[in-house]
Amino acid sequence: MQVEYDGDIMTLNMGPQHPSTHGVLRLELKTDGEVVADAIPHIGYLHRCFEKHAENIEYPGVVPFTDRMDYCAAMNMELGYVLAVEKLMGIQVNNRVRCIRIIMAELNRIASHLIAAGTYGNDIGSFTPFLWCFRDRETILDMFEETCGARLLYNYNWIGGLMCDVLPGFEKKVVDFINYFEPQVDNLNKLLSDNFIFIKRTANVGIMTPEVALSYGVTGPNLRGSGVKFDVRRDEPYLGYEEFDFEVPVGLGEHGPVGSCWDRYMVRIREVKESCKIIRQAAAKMTPGDVQESIPKRIKPPVGEIYHRTECPRGELGYYIVSDGSLKPYRVKVKSPCFTVMSAFQEISHGAMIADIIAILGSVDVVLGEIDR
Amino acid sequence: MKAEEIAALLGEKFGAKILESKLDGLNPWSVVEPAEILAVCRFLRDDDRLVMNHLECLAGVDYKDRVEVVYVMYSMEHRHRYALKCRMPREGAHLPSVESVWRVANWHEREAFDMIGMVFDGHSDPRRILMPDDWEGHPLRKDYKFPATYGGMPV
Repeated sequence: MQVEYDGDIMTLNMGPQHPSTHGVLRLELKTDGEVVADAIPHIGYLHRCFEKHAENIEYPGVVPFTDRMDYCAAMNMELGYVLAVEKLMGIQVNNRVRCIRIIMAELNRIASHLIAAGTYGNDIGSFTPFLWCFRDRETILDMFEETCGARLLYNYNWIGGLMCDVLPGFEKKVVDFINYFEPQVDNLNKLLSDNFIFIKRTANVGIMTPEVALSYGVTGPNLRGSGVKFDVRRDEPYLGYEEFDFEVPVGLGEHGPVGSCWDRYMVRIREVKESCKIIRQAAAKMTPGDVQESIPKRIKPPVGEIYHRTECPRGELGYYIVSDGSLKPYRVKVKSPCFTVMSAFQEISHGAMIADIIAILGSVDVVLGEIDR
Repeated sequence: MKAEEIAALLGEKFGAKILESKLDGLNPWSVVEPAEILAVCRFLRDDDRLVMNHLECLAGVDYKDRVEVVYVMYSMEHRHRYALKCRMPREGAHLPSVESVWRVANWHEREAFDMIGMVFDGHSDPRRILMPDDWEGHPLRKDYKFPATYGGMPV
């Protein structure tokens, strides 16, 4: 750690190789004793030129690159991209593809939120929830693995369809898992969410008001944690989410002001339960069909541009795609939800204690692969 | 509010400063004179009929003969979307920063500068964001040549 003195203010580097920064992120902390006067995030350590790569590869080849942005929620990353290209080309997919995509996206959301909750508990100092969350996440990854052969980076959603159909009996397996998993959420609440120490560490810390959240373009669970009821799945539905019955949980401020770390954490836990509801309905709606029937022979979108967004576990993932009518995208710009929430970090961490920086960073749940792309 | 109505409101308020509009595509947009972008954005956010309080995306695009900045904005209140574009020559492109309208623009503009190279006047922190501070060139330009060395080391 590099330390330099400037009067009473000490500059302290947290990261880039710090276990609680959830990736290679460097926070430049200006500390006055234990109080952080300013926390300046420095990003870019994981920059892999995704957007430049995308300009040099044909449309279907971009999908595996999108997986590698947010490796905790790869199904949702590729879903956003394929939906954007499908909309640009005017492709309609059949009911089976839609239902499988929704089941996969929601299972992936549960897996991602389990990582968020588990590692958050770990950051704060409770180890058992971490193991519980990873145990249940493993079951989800096993289902992904038997479907498409990969645990984390799937390449499963293709433009116009899916890589392959699910195995026979998949629906039953999913529903069995949901039946087992829903009581586990209550157990996690008993162990972590309602834990006195956990509440003391997270409520009243890192307050993000709705005004700050909106101005910084914060989306997803972090925005809902501030009490703004907005979910792309409900308010601008894609893939037929409007046919599903689910609630949009928001931060209620049970333990202190609305928009605290605890609220953001709790929104994720409540969302997991809503995802379970969606999966149950989608499994019941599945009809037989060919999952590859709409895949075009040549993927060559017409000249034009599109901005399309989906709700991934960390917020709104937007793809701005410019097509010049050739086989390769002219420009792919990813609006990453973690990027915008990271830009608000300086604002919400102002005046916090050093130990609370960890709590705030864990509560906004960033994945650096997606910030740096 | 429909895209036609938004375009009409913009035309009424800014007249000839709105250079071109395309309303029939997947995402309707208008081209704005770069020097006016701050005033147009502020109007879009503050007008009660529009309330574009969410800047969804700010992208820089290099079109070989020009560079563009695209602002995609959305109203959480009225649930409508609109996009603005600023077109500039490739060399010496600069336009006002909209950081004072939406604070998220701070990082988005840093990224657009880093990747494409347009300069945002009045930006509070005009540094690179994804590439190292001493990097030369702007990688998402179409004529970008990958450097053979970085800091004296072959890459």
